[in-house]
Amino acid sequence: MPVQCSSCREKRAVLKRPKTGHSLCKECFFWAFEEEVHQTIKAAELFKPGESVGIAASGGKDSTVLAHVMKLLNERYNYGLDLMLISVDEGITGYRDDSLETVKRNQQQYELPLKIVSYEELYGWTMDAIVKQVGLKNNCTFCGVFRRQALDRGAIMLKVDKICTGHNADDVAETVLMNVLRGDIARLRRCTAISTTSEGDGVVPRCKPLKYAYEKEIVLYAYFKKLDYFSTECIYSPNAYRGHARTFLKDLESIRSSSIIDIIHSGENLSVRDGVKMPVQGTCSRCGYISSQALCKSCVLLEGLNRGLPKLGIGKHHRLHDKLLSQQPLTEKEERKLKSVDF
Amino acid sequence: MCQVEEEYREPPLAPAPPSVCKTCVKCKDASAAVVVRAGDPYCRTCFKDYFIHKFRAMLGKNRVIFPGEKVLLAVSGGPSSSSMLRQVQEGLSQNAHKKLRFSPGIVYIDEGGAVGRSLEERLRTASELQAVFRSTGFPFHMVPLEQVLDVPPSVLVPAASSQPAASVYKAAVDGFLQAAGGRRPGAAVQQQDAAGLDVLEAHTASLQQLMDSATSLTARQELLSSLRQHLLVHTARSHGYSKLMLGDSCSRSAVKLLAAVCLGRGAQLAQDTGFSDSRYGDVVSVRPMRDYSAKEIAFYNHMFGVPSVLSPSLTTKTSDKSSIQQLTESFITRLQADFPSTVSTIYRTSEKLQTAGGSSGGTAGTDTCLLCVCVLDTSVGNATAFRSTLVSQCLSDSRAVPSGPDPVSAKQSRPCGGQQCGTRTCSAEDRTPDLKALLCYSCQRTLRDLSSLDRLPHYILSEAQSRARRSQLREEIRDFLLDHHDDDEDDEGLHSPPDPSVVA
Repeated sequence: MPVQCSSCREKRAVLKRPKTGHSLCKECFFWAFEEEVHQTIKAAELFKPGESVGIAASGGKDSTVLAHVMKLLNERYNYGLDLMLISVDEGITGYRDDSLETVKRNQQQYELPLKIVSYEELYGWTMDAIVKQVGLKNNCTFCGVFRRQALDRGAIMLKVDKICTGHNADDVAETVLMNVLRGDIARLRRCTAISTTSEGDGVVPRCKPLKYAYEKEIVLYAYFKKLDYFSTECIYSPNAYRGHARTFLKDLESIRSSSIIDIIHSGENLSVRDGVKMPVQGTCSRCGYISSQALCKSCVLLEGLNRGLPKLGIGKHHRLHDKLLSQQPLTEKEERKLKSVDF
Repeated sequence: MCQVEEEYREPPLAPAPPSVCKTCVKCKDASAAVVVRAGDPYCRTCFKDYFIHKFRAMLGKNRVIFPGEKVLLAVSGGPSSSSMLRQVQEGLSQNAHKKLRFSPGIVYIDEGGAVGRSLEERLRTASELQAVFRSTGFPFHMVPLEQVLDVPPSVLVPAASSQPAASVYKAAVDGFLQAAGGRRPGAAVQQQDAAGLDVLEAHTASLQQLMDSATSLTARQELLSSLRQHLLVHTARSHGYSKLMLGDSCSRSAVKLLAAVCLGRGAQLAQDTGFSDSRYGDVVSVRPMRDYSAKEIAFYNHMFGVPSVLSPSLTTKTSDKSSIQQLTESFITRLQADFPSTVSTIYRTSEKLQTAGGSSGGTAGTDTCLLCVCVLDTSVGNATAFRSTLVSQCLSDSRAVPSGPDPVSAKQSRPCGGQQCGTRTCSAEDRTPDLKALLCYSCQRTLRDLSSLDRLPHYILSEAQSRARRSQLREEIRDFLLDHHDDDEDDEGLHSPPDPSVVA
């Protein structure tokens, strides 16, 4: 017997919503998904009329769905937003060059302006070159730190007021788990916020309109809408520790599907004891970007690459920051520790 | 310390095989008998000193147990709580270096009725434990879980705290020393509870039915732990104990913390896993074992002959993925094998948290959850995970909304996510409207997994009814109340009990 859609009570249901377990027809699912994103945007007051908003686009499912839904809602509810796409080219042959082709097609389909910023033009290093120097371990640290800054630089070039990213509920829940496992109380407190507050010059406020959307529903949406997206894992990605958290989250979801939202609820309701030491936000004395240290992470990583000491930014070497700032050479003993391990 | 840097821990290189001839790091004399942490070999005597000192340091640092106070030790018979019992014995013994000065009692909750053990098995376990308890000379209470069916509804209401402020701790100690003149507390009481278990067969059947009504093991475990907590508090209250000592080890606390995050108990984390928990007001739970790893405890028990009696639990002989709690435990255990700092890192997180609603640990005067007795975390802003699930339910089920005749047009103009969602009209489960509003987020999830709410014990249902009646009354007289924030006369005269964890 065909299952009836629990929303319109007329059509035949084609899917079971991972988030609520309801059976819905295609149209009702589309409506519910889009409406939920709209409710999130409205309730959190993410945008103001007249703002220009950059959509961080990688060509993957999340950002493709985000671009599609943002354009659709902007027209349906007259947000009055000026939307554009920002992409970061990390310089990963066989991965990013292909996914950027998808973004370029999206640009034409959605008729939005596109800006691509590349690691090569910003930092003088492609990820291919970085991996050649540091190896496959820890290269995600470079990529992640550089991407955060690259997006901001791209946003400033485009003069947008805000950036929205395609982080979904699974991503947020996974980050909560990661921060518990790493005991990172500062990030634990911040990571469930739907938008960052204005942090200073050179930093554009960010938000996550898909924060409450299940990854599986995003895939369902993209599938039934036949959206054009790129689905390949990054060739350099095997980040073991996050992988543990991801597997754990998937297992949790299979036991109780509400787990993802339950974890986000936990994260939103944590309160940190008074007097716990928190990092203080300052600015990098070299590039002026936000940083809790004298030198921002990306300057330290870059310095490490340029000095041929790739491990300089991996782990904690705060004591060396003064030396780096005054351009002094490191001692031989210090250098030996920071060179890549030879096998 | 906060981990500021983005850094992924690498599994350390394989440790060098422990050498047999190492000497103790402490006395540098005797040969080592146990390696507590990597690179810290201890000899037998030094390990014992270290272990005993840690217990007293934990109590001394936190200053919540006052001299002469009656403290109820919850002993399940497992390694951790058995070790805790031994530590209390050591601390009260005549020749102890820094003597503990409270008067202890023991409670054992027999959960056999909920797990489906036969009466013979239960009696056997109980008599083994009785022998252990009797040898301590402390008064003890053997309580079958069935007795929770007879507890009064008042167990679900936080009471006013009778505890003196932590600032008078020093004075209280001095006063006690003068008055007691070094007389051993606890020794005076030599009352022995009736042996055996007092169980009615009908009660076991109703308990079993309640457990069976939970459709998931996750919910069953949550339910059992709530019932156990209620019975512990009730036992403490009815025998005049003002402290409840729980044997959660560091490893157990880490698992509990992560499981609590996964169950949506973020707001209650500090109470669920912290050193002291004053949610019940007059009975404060403390967890003095939370500095010990399960491994340390196992070594201590093995080396110094601490007996433990194991009884099967709900998760015995189930797979890793049978429940959220079980999955979390096996996840942490596996991770700990590769990354040895996992447990201590998670555990340290719990020390940086506090209960929602600021530093005052008192729950009197605010609405508390019917099951876990924590402050409700469901009245939250618009842009929250809780609200988003309600919106999702509203949008995917036309029956969930009081809609117009035409579902499509009603949907177009549906005010979902606005004021209507989240109220009782929008709930998908029509069977549980009055209970849902009385529960915290996580306990709502638990009760959603029950096939029937009629099986819940009488004290829970009757407390629910009386709360529902009260809020109905309040609604009726709402217009005449001048101050809407402080409209519950029950709370008059109650003041928030001091939260010792904040002072410490």
